[in-house]
Amino acid sequence: MPEISAEQVAHLANLARIALTEEEIAHLTTELGQIMQAVEQVNQVATPDVPPTSHPIPMQNVFRADVVTDDVLSPEQALSGAPERDGDRFVVSAILGEEQ
Amino acid sequence: MSHSDELIRLSAAELARRLGRGEVSSVEATQAHLDRIAAVDGAVHAFLHVNAEGALRAAAEVDRARAAGESLGELAGVPIAIKDVLVTEGMPSTSGSKILEGWIPPYDATPVRKVREAGLVPLGKTNMDEFAMGSSTEHSAYGPTHNPWDLDRIPGGSGGGSAASVAAFEAPLALGSDTGGSIRQPAHVTGTVGVKPTYGAVSRYGSIALASSLDQIGPVTRTVLDAALLQDVIAGHDPHDSTSIAEPWPSMAEAVRRADVQGLRIGVVKELDTDGFQAGVRQRFHESLELLERNGAEIVEVEAPNFEHAIAAYYLILPAEASSNLAKFDSVRFGLRVTPQGGGTVEQVMAASREAGFGPEVKRRIILGTYALSAGYYDAYYGSAQKVRTLVQRDFDQAFAKVDVLATPTAPTTAFKLGEKLDDPLAMYLNDIATIPANLAGVPGISLPAGLAPEDGLPVGIQFLAPARQDARLYNVGGALERLLEAEWGGPLIAKAPDLSTHELTATEEGAL
Repeated sequence: MPEISAEQVAHLANLARIALTEEEIAHLTTELGQIMQAVEQVNQVATPDVPPTSHPIPMQNVFRADVVTDDVLSPEQALSGAPERDGDRFVVSAILGEEQ
Repeated sequence: MSHSDELIRLSAAELARRLGRGEVSSVEATQAHLDRIAAVDGAVHAFLHVNAEGALRAAAEVDRARAAGESLGELAGVPIAIKDVLVTEGMPSTSGSKILEGWIPPYDATPVRKVREAGLVPLGKTNMDEFAMGSSTEHSAYGPTHNPWDLDRIPGGSGGGSAASVAAFEAPLALGSDTGGSIRQPAHVTGTVGVKPTYGAVSRYGSIALASSLDQIGPVTRTVLDAALLQDVIAGHDPHDSTSIAEPWPSMAEAVRRADVQGLRIGVVKELDTDGFQAGVRQRFHESLELLERNGAEIVEVEAPNFEHAIAAYYLILPAEASSNLAKFDSVRFGLRVTPQGGGTVEQVMAASREAGFGPEVKRRIILGTYALSAGYYDAYYGSAQKVRTLVQRDFDQAFAKVDVLATPTAPTTAFKLGEKLDDPLAMYLNDIATIPANLAGVPGISLPAGLAPEDGLPVGIQFLAPARQDARLYNVGGALERLLEAEWGGPLIAKAPDLSTHELTATEEGAL
């Protein structure tokens, strides 16, 4: 059972793009350790001979014809919830920071 | 009892019958439910949004179509509440999160489209734990829902709003979603009926995804027949959901109407019949089984040794899938955008938006999922959890080789007090011990009222599970047990729920409105 450190939680928060506060990081570090301790029992029974299941109902790949049907969103609908738009485009802030 | 008070207490099936015979109009029935919502929802808080105008318009359209002799679905004109996890055109859809506050989706989820096409009347959107993460609705960003049986207690979760809305007679029907018990556990604590259909029976298109391999949409009602009628409306193949099962379904309503347990083999899961369950929960469970046995069912004990690892596997698989699904909330295409002081890059805006928009349980699970999926830990956690999933499926296969359905108490305890488990995530997660195995294996489950626990007078549910695609077996055993129990009780259990009209004033006085 690897110990979970505050640095690790801060790194995970960065990967998950959540600007956690120092207080949240401290709180989550404790909780995450407790939760991982409770769930690591899966290792006891997950022996190499057991195949993993990703999906409960076995299915083959599902394909459809590559044609645009009439039930797709219009540009207006697709943009209707955008926090900021410019014509038919979503507006975002700079991709690169000054230091980059 | 006033006419309006009588209308809200009818089952959906009975209301539909009266609508069909012209004894009542859909506008009258809809108005009666809107009046009830206005009277009691300040205290219950089952709804996040009530669409009175849209509901009355839809009701008037059904009345017009009926008067014109048009062919209508069996439930046409019956009001329905919709869990906020389902996107709805013209109604805000937040999934209980601030990050989606005020968002009005440009399309209907498939189950919503189907209920509209069948002539049902959407009343509004029901409260839930944020992104369906929780067992009490206390993780809703908009405040908790209160259990109509005792307003100081939780209504279950994540679909506490849907369950409370039917328990409080604010709607005869509701839609829910069940990822680890979010339909069945609220049914258990509110004395109502909830069904998680087979994975893939109902389309997930337009359901704001929590864990895609576990989520399933299903009915929330006061009677087993009503749940069956609603499942018959929402089930079926949908090309928009590639995990949707492309096979026809038999009528679930027929299964209820023909319900008979003579010769039915019912397996009691030994691992879920222990001292870990509250005494009154176990007592009502065993009384129900004895009643079924006296009426021709055969009760046998079965073992499911891997169920004890189900919660652990679930709390690795769910956060892993959730952390991926919730990446879509990026402040670009829809939802909240928060720009840090002095501006920032798109990634900084994203991080600030997600920090402000997500609640503590959502952050906890995203971080947990990100950890379980990270390089070096993937095999030990996510990979191992997927293996446990195989073992749980094997337990089900072995059990169903011996019996037709399985029976368990739905949840370990009756409704607990609001706030009681809020600071202890692990204690909260244990609420779903009996419901999670079905989600891991994709099999269907039902919870229906089994009585009141003698020690606290609160509702207790019994759960039945069936093999994948055999949802009709749940409706058979559920319909039969409901009939037998109601004959003993002299009516439905929900008739024993306290009269909420007295609570309205109290809530107002305390400023809860």
